[in-house]
Amino acid sequence: MLEIIDLHVSYGAIKAVQGISLKVPEGKIIALIGTNGAGKSTTLRTICGLLKPESGRILLEGQDITGLPTKDIVRRGISMVPEGRHVFPDLTVYENLMLGAYIRTDRKEIEEELEEVYRLFPRLKERSQQLAGTLSGGEQQMLALGRALMADPKVLLMDEPSLGLAPVLVQEIFSLIRRIHERGKTLLLIEQNARAALTLAHYAYVLETGRIVMEGTGADLLKNDEVRRIYLGEGEVAG
Amino acid sequence: MSRFLKRDLVILVLAAVVIAWANGDLEGLLGIPGWQSYGVRIINMCAINAILALSLNLVNGFTGQFSLGHAGFMALGAYTTALLTMDMAAKDRVFFMTPLVEPLRNLTLPFLPSLILAGLIAGLFSLVVGIPALRLRGDYLGIATLGFAEIIRLIIQNVRKVTNGALGLKGIPQVVNLWWTLGSAFICYLMLRNLINSSYGRALKSIRENETAAQAMGIDLFKHKLLSFFISSFWAGVGGGLLASLLTTIDPVQFKFHLTFQVLLMVVLGGMGSLSGSIIAAGIVTYLMEFLRIVEETHYWGSITIPGIPGLRMVIFSLALVLVVVWYPKGLMGDSELTAQGVKAFLGRFRKTLRLKGGRPV
Repeated sequence: MLEIIDLHVSYGAIKAVQGISLKVPEGKIIALIGTNGAGKSTTLRTICGLLKPESGRILLEGQDITGLPTKDIVRRGISMVPEGRHVFPDLTVYENLMLGAYIRTDRKEIEEELEEVYRLFPRLKERSQQLAGTLSGGEQQMLALGRALMADPKVLLMDEPSLGLAPVLVQEIFSLIRRIHERGKTLLLIEQNARAALTLAHYAYVLETGRIVMEGTGADLLKNDEVRRIYLGEGEVAG
Repeated sequence: MSRFLKRDLVILVLAAVVIAWANGDLEGLLGIPGWQSYGVRIINMCAINAILALSLNLVNGFTGQFSLGHAGFMALGAYTTALLTMDMAAKDRVFFMTPLVEPLRNLTLPFLPSLILAGLIAGLFSLVVGIPALRLRGDYLGIATLGFAEIIRLIIQNVRKVTNGALGLKGIPQVVNLWWTLGSAFICYLMLRNLINSSYGRALKSIRENETAAQAMGIDLFKHKLLSFFISSFWAGVGGGLLASLLTTIDPVQFKFHLTFQVLLMVVLGGMGSLSGSIIAAGIVTYLMEFLRIVEETHYWGSITIPGIPGLRMVIFSLALVLVVVWYPKGLMGDSELTAQGVKAFLGRFRKTLRLKGGRPV
């Protein structure tokens, strides 16, 4: 579905991503884990066209979308849930959701999608006329997810969906992500919460200073000693 | 949609009744008399200011782009309307220093096409400024548009063959009446309201809220900003044209920055992002500007003479503005609109408060 080949991205002299290649097959959940500054968000922002790559190619269903403006990439079926949620605070929940469907024109389809999103997130339906800025953090994350779904994307990119949420809410968000996947979406997920991400993902890549240092199925990586030590905080017992 | 139209028609009829009443008699319905009346003039100014405030609010309040170029677009509209509606004799009387260039000299159009052209020319120039300047974010746009308005004014002051330079234009036919001003204001309001309630309007508001997220929705930021800027400038041009016809005389000094500031004041006072707020604030500011003239006049109370201080009303105005900003930091209306339910709810609360106070034993 989505394929990245030897991607390089720099901020001026700083090389944030140095030759990443990865594949997101249709209908799978792929996770990208790594510490702060590993280049996860940069990779995601480049896929969306918010950043221009130095070199490398990004293919969506075999078509080259490298360097296209964001609006065209969104129209081709890639939707992003930005980091830190980024809902539109002074617009209502309903308006936020409708903005997600901005690229779609068929009113009937949009209405159906809205009903779907409301079914998935009943809380959003209750609060549809409330300003998004007045929602709690978890509700805002749900709104950001729902908004991205309104575009009916082929691939959904998620930047740290669990960031800044209470542990209970993290669980809830991850079970919602699972449900979104069960509805047939392909997902690329970035997480610092490695355990949750690896449990969920079919396949995962571990990023370190702009390079992929490890890859494997979620289950395999969970068992890997190095991953356990660095990302899951299970240090060797002293002595 | 038809629900909207029906309500608009009701508002239209109400507006017509008000205009007729304002003119003081039924002849007013024909738009003929009442010209010299002070009250009618104030209402005309209210309507023109409402157009200006509404249009500036579209860019500054709804799209979140800080534009300070309104006076420039108004000047373009005012001069276009003036030059197109004056007849050749009137132009010859005014252009006695440097004659007007030929095709313009004997070109005279009816008022309506002149007004539309005024808007279109202002809109065209908005594209010229907007295409480079709207790529900038935040304050830079303010500086660029402010500079543009000043450039326009200086050009008008110096291209005497077209604009008569610093002497300005006199004897512009006074075509506008309450029908023109209130009618234009009404059309402007309807157009902006429908725009803002459309998916385009939602996109504009999302740009105001968060440009990156708006971009991630697939919204073309630049195209939307440019559209908003164009419509805003179009109406600034129309407002300028109406003003020229109302005042019958214009000169470059009128279109200095203070004019933009006055419109900006109405937008902030009424609430960034509220159409009804802009209209209300335009009314209040225009009316107060006139009403406060009292404080600048010399008063005689028996043997005591209080000399009038020119400029004092601006002091009072600034003070009032400070108080409004303290009590209503988001403007009178914030970003909500005046609705029948809203008024009812407010009156209900008001009555409740009165009852509570009245019922309390002393």
